[in-house]
Amino acid sequence: MAHIQLKNVSKKFGNHTALTGLDLDIADGEFFVLLGETGAGKTTTLRMIAGLEKPTEGQVFIDGVDVADWGAAERDVALVLQQYSLYPRYTVRENLEFPLKPKIRRLPDAEIKDRVDRAARTLRIEHLLDRKTDRLSGGEMQRVSIGRAIVRKPRVFLMDEPLSALDAKLREALRTELKNLQMQLGATFLFVTHDQIEAMSMGDKVGVLNHGRIVQTGTPHEIYNNPRDTYVASFVGSPPMNLIDGRLVDGRAVMAPLNFELPFSGGAKTGGATDGRPLVFGIRPEDVYLETGAPVEARVHDVENHGVEKILTLRVGDTMLRATVPARTDVEIEQPVRFAWNPDKVVLFDKGSGVSLRHAG
Amino acid sequence: MAAVRTSSEIGFNRVAIVAVLVVTIIFLAPIYWIASTAFKPRNLATTIPPTVVFQPEISPFVKLFTKRSQLRSPPTPEEYAAAPWWERVVFNGGEKIVRDGKGRVQWSGYPSRFMNSLIVAITSTILAVGMGTFTAYGFSRFRVKGEADLLFFILSTRMLPPVVVAIPMFLMYRAVGLNDSHLGLIILYTAFNLSFSVWLMKGFMDEIPKEYEEAALVDGYTRMEAFFKIVLPEAATGIAATAVFCFITAWNEYAFALIMTNRRAQTAPPFIPSQVGAGLPDWTVIAAGTFLFLLPVAIFTFLLRNHLLRGMSFGAIRK
Repeated sequence: MAHIQLKNVSKKFGNHTALTGLDLDIADGEFFVLLGETGAGKTTTLRMIAGLEKPTEGQVFIDGVDVADWGAAERDVALVLQQYSLYPRYTVRENLEFPLKPKIRRLPDAEIKDRVDRAARTLRIEHLLDRKTDRLSGGEMQRVSIGRAIVRKPRVFLMDEPLSALDAKLREALRTELKNLQMQLGATFLFVTHDQIEAMSMGDKVGVLNHGRIVQTGTPHEIYNNPRDTYVASFVGSPPMNLIDGRLVDGRAVMAPLNFELPFSGGAKTGGATDGRPLVFGIRPEDVYLETGAPVEARVHDVENHGVEKILTLRVGDTMLRATVPARTDVEIEQPVRFAWNPDKVVLFDKGSGVSLRHAG
Repeated sequence: MAAVRTSSEIGFNRVAIVAVLVVTIIFLAPIYWIASTAFKPRNLATTIPPTVVFQPEISPFVKLFTKRSQLRSPPTPEEYAAAPWWERVVFNGGEKIVRDGKGRVQWSGYPSRFMNSLIVAITSTILAVGMGTFTAYGFSRFRVKGEADLLFFILSTRMLPPVVVAIPMFLMYRAVGLNDSHLGLIILYTAFNLSFSVWLMKGFMDEIPKEYEEAALVDGYTRMEAFFKIVLPEAATGIAATAVFCFITAWNEYAFALIMTNRRAQTAPPFIPSQVGAGLPDWTVIAAGTFLFLLPVAIFTFLLRNHLLRGMSFGAIRK
């Protein structure tokens, strides 16, 4: 178990900058999710902690020790990848034994057998032990991959989109399993994904990465309810947060250029001096509701039925707005409706920088 | 799918089968010619039209392996009766086997030339494929400064006909005493095959996901252990294909073997035709020598045929 720290880490590949000034602090026993789009630098971060890449600048600490001169073998981390992490010529058992047999920490045979059996039981792959890996399904392969990581009892688990190649059902099941496993082992996990649902449902803490920079670190709750900037707001959540340009005028949100207005009461939180300044209003779809007599009229542009709820796309002039409403709400496309928002839930962003006023303040 | 076939499909299949047959016959005809001549009696070897039906004989092979001289007079019946069967077939051809003072049979030059060919071809193949595999791995996995230029430089050694450098090579070899030595030919063939081996193996190495080794590195293995335990078994197909090509090139090489060697280290290719000039050519013996010479490549290729088929199509399919 270990405490991982990255201090001011940058990584360049030739002319391409993958990471800039990255600071990361992963506490012992924490399930940390690094969330970002493809190419944001998630995998590079992971590979630097694993010792497969060297940072161009900055330091990596494991349990307070600078590991710059440690090779991948000495760092005692385990890596689970999206694919190709099982050795194709070996059986499942041989794959599980492999991490226990290197010269630098060869275990006695009885211990190897014991650990392999225990890992197989934990992951329910006992019946697969004598099978060759090319005869496994995708889910079984990923289970074995995770098995290969847990047999070693490493200091930290690094997972690079381990669930991305699986189909939706399996992904959901393994998500729960993985989270349970982490709690059971009490181990430090660094989990990399581009899937915000994975990040929200599994992480104790989430770090959002964009273009090689950490944009925001926090609990899933913080990330969701209090995004630091418009990038996080639009990346996290499905459907994402509505972002509408406008201004504050006398305690009312005036959406320019459309000129619809909504009441806004959060002036105190913004630190004042916001009157007339160009802003972006962020509101989660579930905080937009339909009501007869609500201040603004819109037309229903599109309806997506998700079973437990409906996601409506509302049209006001040219602006589109998403609203999550109960499934029993009976609406038709092009039907005029009136809507309002929950003013307490509105997040204000500076129009120019995109940074939330709460964070900037 | 297969149950319903249109007539044009069937027609195409027939044409394809005929084409394959024709090509196979064209390729196999010379082999048949060599094999049949190797078992013919001498007087039937050069008949016009060619003799197809004949009583096969082993005498060309006996002659191939022994030193013979013309009989001045036919052997006496006692001599003939006392001779072993292989000596009788030589008597029948009007020749006798040369023996030394103690009565030991004198071997011809062929077995030692054949051995030379084996030594040189096998050693140079192992060296070229081994060095090529390591080099290719390096190019494939590490950021090598000037990688493109280096690879081009390696390939450029193949851009001129090798015979162009034969004379300077000969002079250099003579100066350092490498001419007519196994080592000389081995170095030459290894150098010649290395560029090919590096390029081919690089293609195969690039196809092996680097995640395999990285997993091993993280699991506590050194780069070297990961290479031998994980990469090498994955590259077996490529290694087999490369080895076959290198072996064939080294085994069949004629020009340099002719120039660089004359006795001690001479390989079979320059030796076999040299027998044409010794008196009246005995085509059956030459055919026998050629026939045996074909066998190692045939066996080697046959053993590796599964790897070869996969190897040929390997680089063509992208993930």
